[in-house]
Amino acid sequence: MSDLTRKTAAELADALAAGETTSVEITQVHLDRIAAVDGDATAGVHAFLHVDVEGALEQARASDERRAAGRPLHLLDGVPIAVKDVLTTQGLPTTCGSRILEGWVPPYDATVVTKVKAAGLPILGKTNMDEFAMGSSTEHSAYGPTRNPWDQTRIPGGSGGGSAAAVASYEAPLALGTDTGGSIRQPGAVTGTVGVKPTYGGVSRYGLVALANSLDQVGPVTRTVLDSALLHELIGGHDPLDSTSVDQPVGGLVDAARQGATGDLAGLKVGVIKELAGDGWQPGVMARFQETVELLTELGAAVTEISCPTFVHSLATYYLILPAECSSNLAKFDAMRYGLRVVPDGDPSAEAVMKATRDAGFGDEVKRRIMIGTYALSSGYYDAYYGQAQKVRTLIARDFTAAFEQVDVLVSPTSPTTAFPIGEKVDDPLAMYLQDLATIPANLAGVPGISVPAGLAEEDGLPVGFQVLAPALADDRLYRVGAAVEAALTSRWGGHLLEKAPVLEGVVR
Amino acid sequence: MTETLIPFDEVIEKFDPALGLEVHVELNTNTKMFCGCPTEFGAEPNTQVCPTCLGLPGAMPVVNGKAVESAIRIGLAMNCEIAEWCRFARKNYFYPDMPKNFQTSQYDEPIAFEGYLDVDIQTAAGETETYRVEIERAHMEEDTGKSLHVGGSDGRIHGAEYSLVDYNRAGIPLIEIVTKPILGTGDKAPLVAKAYVAALREILLGLGVSDVRMEQGSMRCDVNLSLAPKGSGVLGTRTETKNVNSLRSVERAVRYEMSRHAGVLLGGGAVLQETRHFHEDNGTTSPGRVKSDAEDYRYFPEPDLVPVAPSREWVEELRSTLPEPPAVRRARLQKEWGFSDLEMRDTVGAGALDLVEQTIAAGASPQAARKWWLAELSRRANDMGVDLSAVGVTPEQVAAVQALVDSGKINDKLARQVFDGLVAGEGTPEEIVAARGLEIVSDEGALSAAVDKAIADNPDVADKIRDGKVAAAGALIGAVMKEMRGQADAGRVRELILEKLG
Repeated sequence: MSDLTRKTAAELADALAAGETTSVEITQVHLDRIAAVDGDATAGVHAFLHVDVEGALEQARASDERRAAGRPLHLLDGVPIAVKDVLTTQGLPTTCGSRILEGWVPPYDATVVTKVKAAGLPILGKTNMDEFAMGSSTEHSAYGPTRNPWDQTRIPGGSGGGSAAAVASYEAPLALGTDTGGSIRQPGAVTGTVGVKPTYGGVSRYGLVALANSLDQVGPVTRTVLDSALLHELIGGHDPLDSTSVDQPVGGLVDAARQGATGDLAGLKVGVIKELAGDGWQPGVMARFQETVELLTELGAAVTEISCPTFVHSLATYYLILPAECSSNLAKFDAMRYGLRVVPDGDPSAEAVMKATRDAGFGDEVKRRIMIGTYALSSGYYDAYYGQAQKVRTLIARDFTAAFEQVDVLVSPTSPTTAFPIGEKVDDPLAMYLQDLATIPANLAGVPGISVPAGLAEEDGLPVGFQVLAPALADDRLYRVGAAVEAALTSRWGGHLLEKAPVLEGVVR
Repeated sequence: MTETLIPFDEVIEKFDPALGLEVHVELNTNTKMFCGCPTEFGAEPNTQVCPTCLGLPGAMPVVNGKAVESAIRIGLAMNCEIAEWCRFARKNYFYPDMPKNFQTSQYDEPIAFEGYLDVDIQTAAGETETYRVEIERAHMEEDTGKSLHVGGSDGRIHGAEYSLVDYNRAGIPLIEIVTKPILGTGDKAPLVAKAYVAALREILLGLGVSDVRMEQGSMRCDVNLSLAPKGSGVLGTRTETKNVNSLRSVERAVRYEMSRHAGVLLGGGAVLQETRHFHEDNGTTSPGRVKSDAEDYRYFPEPDLVPVAPSREWVEELRSTLPEPPAVRRARLQKEWGFSDLEMRDTVGAGALDLVEQTIAAGASPQAARKWWLAELSRRANDMGVDLSAVGVTPEQVAAVQALVDSGKINDKLARQVFDGLVAGEGTPEEIVAARGLEIVSDEGALSAAVDKAIADNPDVADKIRDGKVAAAGALIGAVMKEMRGQADAGRVRELILEKLG
């Protein structure tokens, strides 16, 4: 067979079903690919923090046995997957990209991991991320940055740069990501891959080490829209362990993707968000975006401009709510029960150990957000900051509601720029935060969003992402529109955008 | 540090006390507040834990519906309003026995609020006075783990070599019930505090929502107290005495803090706003943490939980199934049984109310039921060091013993031997009477012979009776009863003696 790593998950599933290959073969070629190109903190893609060679092959063998016995667990049984290191995996290290969790091996699986295992997908390993998912570049990983397969001097987006880069560099056909303000969609955009943030509550958060509980969602990271739909249907649905998960079955996503791929968007009403454009938006990004909007018209959609005036406040709102929640979430990392433990000389008291451990274990960005959040929740400041932010959040949600009374989906560029050089924004947190300008509103309102490749920017030849947003629980619309765009553009390009990416050199260890 | 303590009477002359009581009650649900771990007391440390109650990264809470139901029932029994919609909140502070370093609690949206509880106290003159204690709120939260400080002298954290933490308790459902400031109690403040906690305990027992074992910590009381100059109408600076864990201690802690506050204030000082520890051994308190107004728990709504929104239908259904309030029940039973105030108070005080009620239900008269439980069986329970309910005799058995007395088969003295047999598990009262040969002898011949023998053995006594000193018959009755091993009807013996010597 031709290179199995180049196949989509759906194609691999078909090949397995047809008996043309085995899960062991598929898993092995991906492990080989990881060994060849992933490298480490100093060179290579560095998408993985931990690769589970033995475990993945064992699961692959079990999958092949099931299939031989005629009892596959799921369509994707045997198709390997990578898991973002913010999701707990029983028996596999889970660090969240932080020193403070170095060496921690969770005793339990996140619900999405349980579902993936129950469907028979071998887990290749855990992917790199900004520490505790704080960042848009994966440079804030305590274990070194992930590099963009399109240009290894550039960032792969963040916080889920590892999952996106793993998929973009053919190290894995599927990956799980998490999206709090764009951590699935923005890496998808800058690596030329597909990423979906489901409706808040659409996928269980149990076992997702929370960044900001009211914003976090687990979602698929893939190379095609159909693959995302397959994975989304697998991981979605109510979980009794997460009472914020929506109590209704997930479904119709794969059908929507297949229907969208036929290219017919007749009758679809599309709104272009007026506020997500303008100064600071890279011209090459805007050009690809405009082209894609025109494409929607060609496919039969009715496109109008929609104003969502409160969206200009979303970044400020987000950077109060998120730090507030994370300042509390991260309090548990105190050296008392697990993870790093630093005992200062001469003072082994609990308080001194907590202080020393947190000082040594957290990176600067994490400390910055803990301080902002602690301040925003403090007595006397709560109303002015956290309380006010919650009110603005409600207004942003109302803007969405009003917009969706007029149109079926909203669209924007996923990210204002293409991938920037590693190190460029490390000392300028505000510039980094601006990366998520277009993705954050969806998290604040709980609505779903997808990023699909829209082509390469003229000025740097790097991928641009096209974002589609839908009303809560209308995730199927993302797949319909995303698949239509994908089908039209790949046919225009004569293949997947990733085929234009440079061939990765093997890393010499 | 030596405290200047002012005599209680002088405190009352110069100050008005203000009380506030915060009571934490562990619910007796089968599982914890936010996870499925069991709640049994006394298990091996850290065996009743899971990712959620250990606060492991990624784990999430889910609200225990049974705990919400218990909270609503408690609120209703305390005459509270029940929230139509309320949320949990995070109370953020660092402590090693708190797995997440925040406690999931309720802040400004308690499940129950604005209630009251009427409590009765007895004055020195033996009269009953009723005080209405207003309830500010009752809210749901989770318990913390338990620290064990090893090394050092007193088990406290200072001086300890190391500490161990048991997280079995972490996540046990708690209800915290907070009163509004209780004013105008004057010299009754210690009694009102004690009576409130006792009444609350009784209500909780009646609801069946908690074991309310103060000694095991399933009910813990924090006593807030402040003094203000007499008649000033202001509130003074308060102290919060933590974990006062018996009814008697509640009274003593209030009394001690009143005397101590007065000492500080009359000495020209200012009371420090602080938490204090109560010492059971000598009834004093000592300073704990200084509680400044700057203490900031950074409360915010728990984003991992959905709001609790009990439907009005459910609340009314729960209201309709509440047990009769203890005070109402007591008044009803006292009237039904014809008990005096003192008899009723003793019955309640001995923890015998339910037992007496059940004994009466099994056929005994109220006075007989009261007599056996309060005299005979209370003494035995006391000797055995157990609760009256654990003495080993059931209300049905007490009623059966009394039925034997009523039928003349045994007398009260023999009945005590039947209770010996019951405690020893020798069978039913009838079986014990038979096996031990306790039945009263009604054979006139044997009785007559025993009387003759007693007369013959005690000629002096017999002479006195012949001379008309009837009171002396007691000595002969005793001799006959001894001869008959107690199995005689003392009334009949007396008649026989008087016949023979009359």
